Amino acid sequence: MEVLKAGLFTSIQDLGRTGYQKYGVIVSGAMDAFSLRIANLLVGNPEPEAVMEITMIGPYLKIKKNTMIAITGADLSPMIAGERVPMWRPVYITQDTILQFGACKTGCRTYLAVAGGYNIKAVMGSQSTYLRAGIGGFSGRALRKGDVLQVLPVKDHQRPFIKKLQKNNQTKNFISSLWYVPEPLGLASSKNIVIRVTRGNEFSLFDTVSQKKFFEKSFHITTQSDRMGYRLAGDALTLENPTEMLSEAVTFGTIQIPPDGQPIILLADCQTTGGYPKIAQVARVDLTILAQSKPGQRIHFSEISLQEAEDLYIKREIYLQEIKRNIALYVN
Amino acid sequence: MGEKNIEWIEMFPLGETGITVSFGKGIHPDIHYKVKAFADYLEKHSFTGMIEYISSFCSITVYYDSLQVRTLSWDNIDTAKPISYQIVEQIMLKFLNEVDLTVEKKADIVRIPVCYGGEFGQDLEYVASYHKLSVQNVIDIHTSSRYLVYMIGFAPGFPYVGGMSPQIATPRRSSPRLSIPKGSVGIAGTQTGVYPIETPGGWQLIGRTPLALFQPDSEIPSLLQAGDIIEFYSISYEEYQAYEKGGLS
Repeated sequence: MEVLKAGLFTSIQDLGRTGYQKYGVIVSGAMDAFSLRIANLLVGNPEPEAVMEITMIGPYLKIKKNTMIAITGADLSPMIAGERVPMWRPVYITQDTILQFGACKTGCRTYLAVAGGYNIKAVMGSQSTYLRAGIGGFSGRALRKGDVLQVLPVKDHQRPFIKKLQKNNQTKNFISSLWYVPEPLGLASSKNIVIRVTRGNEFSLFDTVSQKKFFEKSFHITTQSDRMGYRLAGDALTLENPTEMLSEAVTFGTIQIPPDGQPIILLADCQTTGGYPKIAQVARVDLTILAQSKPGQRIHFSEISLQEAEDLYIKREIYLQEIKRNIALYVN
Repeated sequence: MGEKNIEWIEMFPLGETGITVSFGKGIHPDIHYKVKAFADYLEKHSFTGMIEYISSFCSITVYYDSLQVRTLSWDNIDTAKPISYQIVEQIMLKFLNEVDLTVEKKADIVRIPVCYGGEFGQDLEYVASYHKLSVQNVIDIHTSSRYLVYMIGFAPGFPYVGGMSPQIATPRRSSPRLSIPKGSVGIAGTQTGVYPIETPGGWQLIGRTPLALFQPDSEIPSLLQAGDIIEFYSISYEEYQAYEKGGLS
């Protein structure tokens, strides 16, 4: 697969690099792990396989060999030969086809999985791109024009997938399945994004007015936002008594308040430790909606208990298992 | 042992995937030794669903998969049961009862060669003049202390150390440099440290080491570990170049 045009920011990501945070090595991985996992399931890959994470403006890609792909996450108008490529389902593509992305319709990040996976060397157990350290992914960096990614051969169990697809002879350029996984609710661009959070350990150190504002006011995502974190702008939040904190562990979804009072939501590429008070932690299930929100949008925070956050997470894992089972039914 | 271990220990959640065990407040060797003892314990003991742990100045955070902790089978999900945080909290209490936090571990001493001044340490003269010291005085002070690595964070392999003499403590530069080469040794306030990777930063640069603090292809990718003791020693520009060429002795 060759990159003909780079797009805004495309990198190789899997489910992240764990086990090395004690050495200061960040986790990285997909911003929207849910969409990544579904993309892989749709083409019969292992769930954590590395895929392309495409941000807002997609690349033009030349697909050199016959292959099966799946596109999930944000709708960046994927097209082949002027025809729209359907998302959230497997698509068979014949050799020497150009896949291009256009207008960003909903969401922020698209995931492109290819059957067999990309031939990317794992570093410290992960194929995810670690930009700052220049390791993992494709040469430790975002994709550029001219890059050629090797696609690994499909496994035996993936062949029936492809055979079945080939029977639906829809167009000459690509063949997609008639079945699909429904797009997750809340992914569609919304004016009022609600992110569910649990209280952070320093929540009680904020003055009561700030505690109220955090849940009552909305915050907008500024352009100073990337895979490391989203800087938000809104009413400043202040501590009852200013205190200096020592660095301790922070993670994907931790919301910190620096001295200027404007929240920072830490994301997939965040540092392992941070020294600002933690007002809240985004519920794991809502990291998907967060990763699909983009600068300019406004978000509201809504408080849930740890129990609720965990129940939501477990429910979604059950849902993913159902998807996995249903895909197996269609294929066999 | 037992109860006395636990009285000053606090635990709190980091979302539904983490628990932080806090051993006190402040940068102090006594707190650090407890953190280190518990980290060593976690190297040898884990539980179903545990992903990894990370240690900091005063605390250890353990990450876990709440699904694995809470449910051993799909039929087992029952909202009346304790949530994974409560289960992990109990596991931590059990671990804390078993670990001996009073034993001070023998630290590994890591000697780091530094070529001070010149193009590698462009701020060395500023640091000297800030304190009305000679350049050699600054080098002597920097190389005469032993530094305890409290934690690794900020960047891969980056040590947060304690033990620098206040005689050479110097505020950060008013405008940060856009790019600091890897291996740079710097001073920021009362802290000293080494940059393992190229990064922007406001530290006063006093020298550079040819040692790789971040080694992504090694099984243990960080030269330094929390709990290590660092000693810096001065090398010449020629020795630096010899090191870089692989002449590690």
